[in-house]
Order: sequence, then structure tokens, then C-alpha cells
Amino acid sequence: MSAYEQWVALLTLMRKEIKRYTRIWTQTLLPSAITMSLYFLIFGSLIGDRIGQMGGVSYMEFVVPGLIMMSIVTNSYANVVSSFFGSKFNNSIEELLVSPTPNHIILLGFISGGVSRGMLVALIVTVVSSLFVELDIQHYGVVVSVVALTSVLFSLCGLINAVFANTFDDISIVPTFVLTPLTYLGGVFYSLDLLPDFWASVSQANPLVYVVNAFRYGVLGVSDVDVTFAFAMIGVFTLIAYFYAAHLLRSGTRLRT
Amino acid sequence: MAYALEIEGLEKTYANGLQALKGIDLRVAEGDFFALLGPNGAGKSTTIGIICSLVNKTGGTVRVNGVDIDDNFPVAKRFLGVVPQEFNFNVFETVEDILIHQAGYYGIPLKVAMERIDRYLAKLGISEKRHTRARMLSGGMKRRLMIVRALIHEPKVLILDEPTAGVDIEMRRSMYEFLREINEAGTTIILTTHYLEEAETLCRNIAIINHGKIVTNSSIKTLLRELRRETFLLDAQEVLPQHVEVKGFDVARHDDHCLEAHVDQGQNLAELMAQLHGQGISITSMRNRENRLEQMFVSLLAQSA
Repeated sequence: MSAYEQWVALLTLMRKEIKRYTRIWTQTLLPSAITMSLYFLIFGSLIGDRIGQMGGVSYMEFVVPGLIMMSIVTNSYANVVSSFFGSKFNNSIEELLVSPTPNHIILLGFISGGVSRGMLVALIVTVVSSLFVELDIQHYGVVVSVVALTSVLFSLCGLINAVFANTFDDISIVPTFVLTPLTYLGGVFYSLDLLPDFWASVSQANPLVYVVNAFRYGVLGVSDVDVTFAFAMIGVFTLIAYFYAAHLLRSGTRLRT
Repeated sequence: MAYALEIEGLEKTYANGLQALKGIDLRVAEGDFFALLGPNGAGKSTTIGIICSLVNKTGGTVRVNGVDIDDNFPVAKRFLGVVPQEFNFNVFETVEDILIHQAGYYGIPLKVAMERIDRYLAKLGISEKRHTRARMLSGGMKRRLMIVRALIHEPKVLILDEPTAGVDIEMRRSMYEFLREINEAGTTIILTTHYLEEAETLCRNIAIINHGKIVTNSSIKTLLRELRRETFLLDAQEVLPQHVEVKGFDVARHDDHCLEAHVDQGQNLAELMAQLHGQGISITSMRNRENRLEQMFVSLLAQSA
């Protein structure tokens, strides 16, 4: 395919993905706004007032970046895992497989769907959070790049999950038993400084720690981990996920017999 | 001669050890209307799956319009349009969206895609369903949607895997007419079907596959000439006598007004008619008891088994 044709194919996939989640916005966009409003109300406003400061800022300010990042992670993952598995389930993935669309365009198309939904939800949640706390963003460049990298990373993870999934149960197992615990243990609600040394060291293996802290640094200027190291870790995880997803598409694992 | 499809030594062994294709060779000339027939599980869908990249082959080569799929699959895919046996579109999307997306995957800009969508939907008589979600379409309309989808990038080779399964007679005839039209316009068509009269009506050449091997590959005319014995049903004007005998022919009473005659290759039907006429039996019409291709198909499968 020529570069122009690849561009048309990519735009087609992007259009399809965005149309899919905006058509069912009550299932894809609204729940995050409601859930995060409740988090802000309960953890930030009601309980947060009794906790006082954390990481040098008010508890409400502390949790907002983590909750925004939590929305990005869950939505970018959920978008790609459900869309790609849905295509596998109804065999419409064959429309793509029989076409000359290169694998990297297929990957970018699905990633763009996950990234755009993650960012849209992040925007919604940020607007909701502004009702509870006034955010003074410290490093715009860090914020934008962490959001972009994180949504790419978790879109890729969603695609890998979808490739291996055989049933709808299989696409809910990872979010429920892996992603949610990692998110809650990734420093969304607490500073790693509060943990005993052993558990603080264990937390270093959790990719969500780097994602949440890098974003918190961008928004508030505070972080439990070194931001350069956090970026390097997110970058490494993203590259590994990209090449693995590309390998799965190239080999046709669980897609071709 | 230029070939639209060349298959040499194609093999497929599935992970469970099932050897679905045992080294098949097949050539389909450019512009042909070709039938690939075989019983369920013979290897037809596996062959089609390999050609269009949904199945990974174990061995052999496949060339589409001279392009080896191992060397340049993206180019080979451009030449191919596939109408699969099972519905494989997102039923929650509208007809138009399904077609726009498929065109986009081939790099066709929206403006060109819309022009083709208009043309092909009109040709297949489903223009009014353009904005309908696919799940609301009848079975026949879904089949026609898949044909339009396969044609949206105007392929040189169209592969149809049982395209008329579950389609009513009227719709089937209009599909035949359309397929003939695009074949005459230069598109090579490869058809698999269980309706043998469909293959006999539409196709010029035929291959029969069984147990992963090609049993026969020739023109339908040549194949039917090999049919050694045909059975005819002869309708008589008057009530037939209880016992009818015709010298040199195997004839039996089918019912009060119908005779069953088995005619071997080389026997003269005019002689049969003359003898019946001589016995005061007037034949008003005659027909094959079974589709001739079906007879040949069954006979070849029995031989290959």
C-alpha cells in the first residue's frame, strides 16, 4: 500500500473506533464521570478533609492526578480489549485480515481508538475535578506526554488481552484481577512513603506506580519516584507491549488457523 | 495462458493433526467462472482460507494473478474479493458504514467509496437498506451485502463460498444474473456451492475436491461427457400399461403416466422414442431424474473413496 492508502486505512480505523465508543457513550464515557465524581466526593472531600496533607499537598489535590490517570488506564484498556475482541467474536476482524492493511496500521488504528477515549475521559474527569479542587498544572509537557504514553501502553495491553481471549469472561479477568489491584496499589490514594520499606520496594515492580507518579509530578510537581526513571520505565513497557502485539498480529496467533 | 489463480502442492495440517489438504494443484484461468465442489469437510473452505490469508498453509505455493502470496501478500490481496460462507460483519453497524470501512482498508478514499457503494447497492437491489443496521437485514440481503463488500475494491478475482445458501429462488436468479454480468466484464469468479445445478448453470470449469485431494479438474462439458449412464423420466399422454418393455433399453414404469428410462452413453434416444411410439405410448415431455452434474459428482466421490 502507498503511504496515502495507509493513511486512508488508518483514518478509517480511527473513524470506526471513535464512532463505536461515542455511539454507546452511556456505557463508555458517562460511567467514568459518575465514578470519579463519587471518588472526589468521598475520598477527596468527605474523608480527605480528615486526612490532612499528603506528599506536601492537600489530600484532595493528591488524589486527583491518580484518579485521572486511573480513568485513562481503564478506558484505553477497555476500549481496545472490547473492540478487538468484539471483532474477533463476530468474525468482522476478517474484514481487516483479508485486506492489504499492514499490521502496523491495524495496531495504530486500534491504539488511536484507545488513546482518544482515554484522553476524552481524562478531559471529562478533569472538568469534574475542577468542581472540587483548583488544579495549577506545573509541567504541561510532562502531563501531555505521560497521558499519551500511558494510553498507548494500556491500549496495547488491551489488544494483547483481546488476542488471547476466547470468551467475554477472558476480557474481564485481567481488568478485574490484575489492572484494578495494580491501580489501587499504584499510589493513587497514598504516598509510597507511607509503606514499609519492603512493600515500597515491591511497589517498584508495579508499572502503575510510574504512570501515576509521573502524572502527579506533571500536575502538582510532587512524585514518589524519579520522573526521568518513571518515563524510561513507561517507555520500556510501551515498546515491549508494541513489539509483542505486532508479533501476535504478524504470526496470526489466535486470529488465523 | 494467464492464470487468475495457481495453486501447487498446497498442504494444510491443523494443530490437532488433521490433514485438511494433501498437496492440491489447481489452476483457474483469467476470466473463468470456476466451480470448486466437494462434500462438507473436503477442504474447500481451507483452500479459500489460505488464498485469502485467514488460514496459514503448511506447504505449497499460491499465486493470485501471478503474485506469490509468500512474496507479496498485500498485492495479492488487492486482486481478491471474498464472500465467505458465514456472515462476518459487525451487525451493529449500518450497511453504509460496513462498506465505507471495507473500502478504507483497501486505501480507497471516501469519495470514491461512496460512488461505488451507490453503484453496487443499486445493482444488487439493496439501496434502500443503506442506513439500516446489518442485524435488521434478511438472510438474502446479508448475502448481497457481503457481495457488495467483496466488490468494493473492484477485485480481479471474486471468491464466493456458498453465496446462495438460504437465498430464495427469485433472489438467487438475480444474483446469478449479476454474477454473470461481472464475469462477462472480466472478473474471474471462483464459486463453491452445494447446489450442483448452480455450478452447472453458471460455471465453465470445475474441480472436485475430496479428503483434501483434487478428484477431477476439467470443463463441465468434458466432465458431463464422461457420464456413462443417465436416467430420464418420460411423461406419457395416456395411462401406461402395467408392463412396458423396450428392446435394448432399461425401462421401468414410474407411475401411471411416467416411465423411467436408463440410457447408456452411445444409445440413441430417438430409437427409444420410436419404439415407445410403436407401442402406442406418446411421450409429451422428458427430464433428467437427477441433475447430471450431481450424478457425476456422486460417482466421482464414490470412486475417490
